[in-house]
Order: sequence, then C-alpha cells, then structure tokens
Amino acid sequence: MHPAFSILFFTTLAGVAQGLAVLLALATLLGVAMSPGFVLNALVVAEVLLIAGLASSFLHLGHKMRAWRAVLMWRTSWMSREVIVLPAFIGLVGLWWLALALHASAAWVKLLPWLVLLGSFVLWYCTAMIYASLRFIEEWAHRFTIVNFTLIGLSSGMVLACALAALAGETAFVARFGSTTLVLTLLAWLVRFLSLRRNAAIRHRSTLQSATGIRAPQLVQKSMGMSAGSFNTREFFHGASALAVKNVRLGFQVLTFAVPALCLLWGLSSASTAPWLLALVSQAPGLLAERWFFFAQAKHPQNLYYQTVS
Amino acid sequence: MMQWLKDILQSNLVDPQSSSASRPAAPPPSARALPGETLAKQLALVIDLNVCVGCHACVTSCKQWNTSGSAGPLADVKPYGADPTGTFFNRVQTYEAGTFPGTDTIHFPKSCLHCEDPPCVPVCPTGASYKRKEDGIVLVDYDKCIGCKYCAWACPYGARELDEERQVMTKCTLCVDRVYDEKLAPEDRKPACVKACPTGARLFGDVKDPTSEVSIAIRERGGYALMPEWETTPANQYLPRRATPSSES
Repeated sequence: MHPAFSILFFTTLAGVAQGLAVLLALATLLGVAMSPGFVLNALVVAEVLLIAGLASSFLHLGHKMRAWRAVLMWRTSWMSREVIVLPAFIGLVGLWWLALALHASAAWVKLLPWLVLLGSFVLWYCTAMIYASLRFIEEWAHRFTIVNFTLIGLSSGMVLACALAALAGETAFVARFGSTTLVLTLLAWLVRFLSLRRNAAIRHRSTLQSATGIRAPQLVQKSMGMSAGSFNTREFFHGASALAVKNVRLGFQVLTFAVPALCLLWGLSSASTAPWLLALVSQAPGLLAERWFFFAQAKHPQNLYYQTVS
Repeated sequence: MMQWLKDILQSNLVDPQSSSASRPAAPPPSARALPGETLAKQLALVIDLNVCVGCHACVTSCKQWNTSGSAGPLADVKPYGADPTGTFFNRVQTYEAGTFPGTDTIHFPKSCLHCEDPPCVPVCPTGASYKRKEDGIVLVDYDKCIGCKYCAWACPYGARELDEERQVMTKCTLCVDRVYDEKLAPEDRKPACVKACPTGARLFGDVKDPTSEVSIAIRERGGYALMPEWETTPANQYLPRRATPSSES
C-alpha cells in the first residue's frame, strides 16, 4: 500500500496523545504527586497533538467540507466509528483540562480520568480495526494490528509524558513511571517484532491464477492494459526499492524501540533530563517510519492485476 | 427540509442486519464478515475469454459513454504530457499461459464485478457507496463521497478509481443510465461496453433469472468468479477458454 503522510501523521500523533493522556489519568488515579500546573500543561500538549492529528486526517480527504457525513455509517464502518470517537476523545481531554483549571467538584475530577482512559483504548481499537477489518490485506487482518497500535501509542505517549515530567522537575512522576515506560517500550518492540515475523511468512491466499481464473501453472501478465499509470498503480504501491524498505524496517526498530530503551535505562540511573528528551527525539521519526512500513509491507491483492506495463 | 438534515435522520433507518459491531477481532471462520442479503435480481456481465480478442473497444466505449454522461467527465490528467493518467472503469489486460511454444494468449477485460457481498459497501463511512436492492448494481453517490479512498482499499479487485479532478471515488455503473433509458431503442439498453464488443465477448443480463442468456452461459460454459477465496460472490463471471481441435494440434 502507498503510505499517505496524512495518515502516518494522524495515527502517530493521535497515538502519542492517547498514551500521554493514559499515563496522566493513571497518575491521577494512583495519586502520584504532581503539581496541578504540570497536569494542565501536559493535557494541553495532548490536546494540541490530537487536534494536529485530526487536521492531518482532514488533509487525506478529497472533499473536506463533507467530512461530517463520515459519522453516518457507524453501524458498519470502523472509519465512521473512529470519526465519532476521535472528536469525543478530544472533547473528554478538553473537559478534563477544564475541570482541573476551573477546580470543578471532586466527582468530575475523579470521573474524567476514567473516561479518558476508556476513550483512549476505544480510539486505539477503532483506528486499528480500520486496517484489521480488511480481510484480504493479510498483513493487517490480524489482532497484532490492534495490539501494535495500542502498545506503540502507549510507549510513545509514556516517553513523552516522562520527558515532560523530567523537564518540569516532576521527579516523583518520573520515578514512578520511568521503569514502566521502559517495560512497555520493550514489550511494544517484542510484539511488533513478532508481527514482522508473522507478516514476512505470509503465503498470500490470492494468486494470479485465482485472480484471473486461468488455471495454468505457468501464467504471466503481459500487459496491465495501459502504458500510463492509474489510481491502481499509485494507491497500492509504495514505490520504494526493496533495499529502502529493508532499511526502514531496521531503522524504525532502532529509532522507536532500541535507542529510546537505552535512553530510558540511562535516564533511570541518572538525574539528568537529557536521556528523556533524547528518547523523545529518537522516537518521533521512528514512529513515522514504523507507520510507513506498516503500509509499505501490506500487499493488496489488486496488485496482482498491475504487474506489467507491456 | 434541508438535505443534510434528511441524511442524518435517514441514517437511523439503515438495516441493522448489516451491522458488524459484534464482530470479534479474531479472524472469523469464514472470510466473509457477515453475509449480505440475497437479492431477487442481479444485473451482471459475463465475459467470454474464449472470444475476447483484446481490441479495447469496450475500454474506449466505456470511457466515451461515462465521460459524456450526466455524472460528469472522467478526469484525464495531463493527457498530452509525458505521464498522462486518467479515470477508467474498464481495462483489458493480457496474460500468457503455458510455456513456449505451447503458450496461450488470454485477453482479460476487468471492471467492477458488482459483488453480491461487496466488501466496499459496509466500510464506507458516509453511505455514499451502496448496492441497489432492485438490481444489485453497486454505485457511488458522488454528492456524498468524501474521497477517503477506504472503499478502494476494501476492494480486492482494484475496481474503484478515485477521480483526480472531482476527488470522488468512481467505478463501473453497469451503465445504469443506459439500461433503463426508455428513450433508447430496446436493443441499445445495454452497457456501452457490451454494445461495442465486436466479437460478442460481453453478455449482459440478470444472473438470478435461470432462463437469462447470462445464466445459461454460466451454467453451460463453466462460468467462474474471480478470487473466490474472499467470498465476495462477484456477480460478473468469466467463461474460460475452450480447447478447440486447431488449438490442440
């Protein structure tokens, strides 16, 4: 599949924001000592990331003014469900910020973190199911997709939360969640690695024979029916060389998981803020590369029909 | 009432049968998520690979009819440039089967198969993509399409193309604007591609009517569907090559 940057930015930015909101909610519910200003500022960061993600997803649409229509088919379409849950989640994070800023009653301050936790996981599920529900894109149609979106979002959001806490001098927060962030980053790597291994071993169900119904064992395409490109040759091919794809596969694992994990180890054994910031700087391009690879690795069965110009 | 308000109100009337909310994340035992309802009538094309000569007349007549119709032109981007591209609903591809010198050249027209269980329809977030209950034609409402391309991802056959100028998803309509047009002579109420084919390789009719030309052809000539592994139940079917004495010698 062709990786569209609008979707890469949307899914990674929203994932980071969701992970950040999850950790802030957990910290609040567990009663970790944090200054009120830190929580407010971190929620603003989450909200800005979410709105940037939403804006990016708009750029993907051919008709942006009709985007509201996308809420209509929530009974059958995971995209429609996501389109409902994303603004709802943005609203919940905003409400939580308001409740804290306006010193709302204790019931609200207690309830909203729970709702944010729930909304975050529902949003991960909806986003991932957009891909996992396409049964013939076999690289995506697996529960790994859901677990990966969730774990990578959690890891990146927690790295951001720890970096923000380190910057703000919230030592209790960093001490409480630093090791959890490390464990989740390593866990996200493990599961992503398992999914890479699974996807590399897929024997696709569709073949040129099943696509054309021509039962000859020796069958090649001589012409796709046109010399110029079409939507079919643009939307479903990543256009990168095999070497580039291999490098991205290695690169995203180093940038998203290996380097941040080493930085977190360093951060846990020192009082410096630098390692937390380094982990963040490494993960930012790593997350985009991971999502790029997620698309590039997916082989759409329609590609069987578009192999040879002539 | 305003159209957008009507759309919101009507969205509550969608058949809950087609819901997939309860579908588990695990791969279902069948490749098919939830079977769609069976329609009494299903218009479709049957393509005879035995007589298709690969002349592309169906491609050009399809483009001509559909670019001139009321639904707006099919984009041609940079038609005289170095890398032209454009929207087409139908293409003729060419395959070679067997090993030299015993090879077989097979011309293979490909357009939307109007699946009886179209995977492109339930994924559409706006309801722009739909299957007509009266005749099974899968269509896109260009006024509701937001151009998100998700339906194209959800079609294993690559039958849908985003029109680069209109930024909406387009696809074969089975010439729905021809086949019911009473201003046309009865023999012309067929898709443009069928009318254009000089060898009669394209048959058109109701595959649910056992006495129709297409049903008889499927039955007697071993008609088959593409990518049966995904259980989309394509309405369009293909008739295989037939071994003839001259081709066996």
